[in-house]
Amino acid sequence: MSIFDAIFAKGSAGRTPILPRETVTGSTLLAVVAIMSFLAALTVGAVRIAQISVNEWRGELANEMTIQVKPAEGHDLDVDVKNILETVQRISGITEARVYTKEESEKLLAPWLGSNLDLGALPVPRLIRLKLGDQAAISALRAVLETIPNAALNDHRAFAARLTAISKTAALAGFLILVLVLLATVLSVSFATRGAVAANRPTVEVLHFIGARNSYIASLFQRHFFRVGFRGALLGGAVAVLLFVIFRFSGRLFGAIAGPGDAAFLLTSFNLDWRGYFEIAAAVLLTALVTALGSRFTVISTLRNID
Amino acid sequence: MVRFENVGLRYGQGAEILKDISFSVTKNSFQFLTGPSGAGKTSLLRLLFLSLRPTRGLISLFDQDATRLQPNEVAAIRRRIGIVFQDFRLLDHLTAYENVALPLRVAGRDEASYRGEVVELLGWVGLGERLDALPPILSGGEKQRIAIARALIVRPELLLADEPTGNVDAPLAKRLLRLFVELKNMGTAVVIATHDVALMDQFDAPRLVLNDGRLYYDR
Repeated sequence: MSIFDAIFAKGSAGRTPILPRETVTGSTLLAVVAIMSFLAALTVGAVRIAQISVNEWRGELANEMTIQVKPAEGHDLDVDVKNILETVQRISGITEARVYTKEESEKLLAPWLGSNLDLGALPVPRLIRLKLGDQAAISALRAVLETIPNAALNDHRAFAARLTAISKTAALAGFLILVLVLLATVLSVSFATRGAVAANRPTVEVLHFIGARNSYIASLFQRHFFRVGFRGALLGGAVAVLLFVIFRFSGRLFGAIAGPGDAAFLLTSFNLDWRGYFEIAAAVLLTALVTALGSRFTVISTLRNID
Repeated sequence: MVRFENVGLRYGQGAEILKDISFSVTKNSFQFLTGPSGAGKTSLLRLLFLSLRPTRGLISLFDQDATRLQPNEVAAIRRRIGIVFQDFRLLDHLTAYENVALPLRVAGRDEASYRGEVVELLGWVGLGERLDALPPILSGGEKQRIAIARALIVRPELLLADEPTGNVDAPLAKRLLRLFVELKNMGTAVVIATHDVALMDQFDAPRLVLNDGRLYYDR
C-alpha cells in the first residue's frame, strides 16, 4: 500500500471502491494537475522572492540618505562639503557620514557622461552619504540643512515608493496568475469529471435507484479526484521546490564569483524563506482542494441532469 | 402508500403510452402487474420508483406528491422502496456480497452491523457459496437472485419487481414467490410485473392488467 493509499484508505480496508478506480482516475489529469500545481507554486515562490528582495532593498534605503551639495557662486564647494560633514557628524543618530570622492562621483556619472570625465570643468554636485542608526535623526538633519541653501537631503523616498509599487504589482500579478492557473485546473477537472460520470453512468443510476443522495455520489467522485489532485499537486509543488533549491544553490555558487555589476549577482537574492515554502505548500493544497471541489460541483450539476 | 390518479405518460412529443392510470397500493398488499410485451409495465414501474415523471395526473408516494419532490426527498423515498430490475443492474466490479450490501453501505451503515444479514440472505437465495463471485461470471438466474437480495436487504416498505423470475427455474421461482408473499405478510407492499401466467396462478392476488396503455383490474 502506498503512502497515498494509506492516507486515503477508508476505515473498512479491503472493500472494493463503489466507483472502479480505472474509470475515474487518469494519468493525463494527474499530469495536468501537476503542471498547474508547478505553475502555481512557481508563481507563489517568485512573488515571495520579489517581496523579499524589495523588502531588503527598502530596508537598506530606509537607513541610508544622501546630501547633495551644489556648487554656488561665491562658495568653495570643498569647504562647504567639509563644513556640512562636520555639522552632520555632530548630530546624534547618524552612525556614518562619508563624502564621495571625485573619483567615486566620476564613476557614478560615467554611464551618462562617459569615462574620461574631468569633473573640474563641470558644476557637478558633491554627495555625502549618511547611515542612520536612529530614524529620529532625520528631523534634526533637515533642520540643519534648511540653513544651508546649496545643500539638499535625498532620503530616497521616491525610490522606496517605487519599490513598494513594484512589490504590490508583483503580488497582484502573481495573484492573477494563480487565479488563472486554478481556473484552468477547475476547467480541466470539470472535463475529466464529466467523462468519469459518463463512464460510470450505469453505477450512478444504480446508486440513485437504491436511494443514494447526490451529495453521496458526488463525494465518491470527489474522493477519487482529491486523490488525483493531491498526487498531481504534490508532484508539481515538489518540482517547483526543487527548482527553487537549485536556484538557491546556484545563486550561492554564482554569488561567490560574481560582483554587484554582474547579472549573476541577482541570483544571490533567489533565496526563498520558510514563509515562501509555506506559501508553496498552501498553493499545492489549494490546487488539490480546487480539484476536489471542481469535481464535486461538476458531478452534482451532471447528476441533476441524469436523474 | 401509493396512489395514481388519472396519470398519463408520453415520451417527448409521441403518443401517450399510459392513459388515465388510476390505482392504489396499500400497505401489506400484493399485486401482479401484467400485460403483453410493450404494454407499458416497465414505464409504470419507473413512475412508481420516480425514475420518470408523469405528463399528467397525480402520483402520491408515502403521502407525498411525487411531482413536487426535491432530489433529496426522492432519494429518501427510494430508500423505502426495493426494486428488482429486469436487467438486474448489478455492478460488475463488486462481488455478489458487495452488490447485495450496497444499499446498506450507501445508507452509511457499518459493515459489521450488516454482514450477517447479507450472508444469510444470500444463503437463502441459494448463493451462500458465491459471496465473492463477480456478476460477469454468474448465470442469469444467479444475477437475478442477487438483484432480488439487494432489493430485499433494506426491508423495503414497497417492493417493485420487474420480471423477477424470468431467469430462474420453476422451483426457485416458486421459492422466490414464497419469499415475496412472506414479505407481504410482514407489511411490505409488493408489486410484481410479470407476464408469467404460471407464476401468477400460484398465488391468488389482484392483477393489474395493462393493455394499450390503459389499466384494468382482474381479481
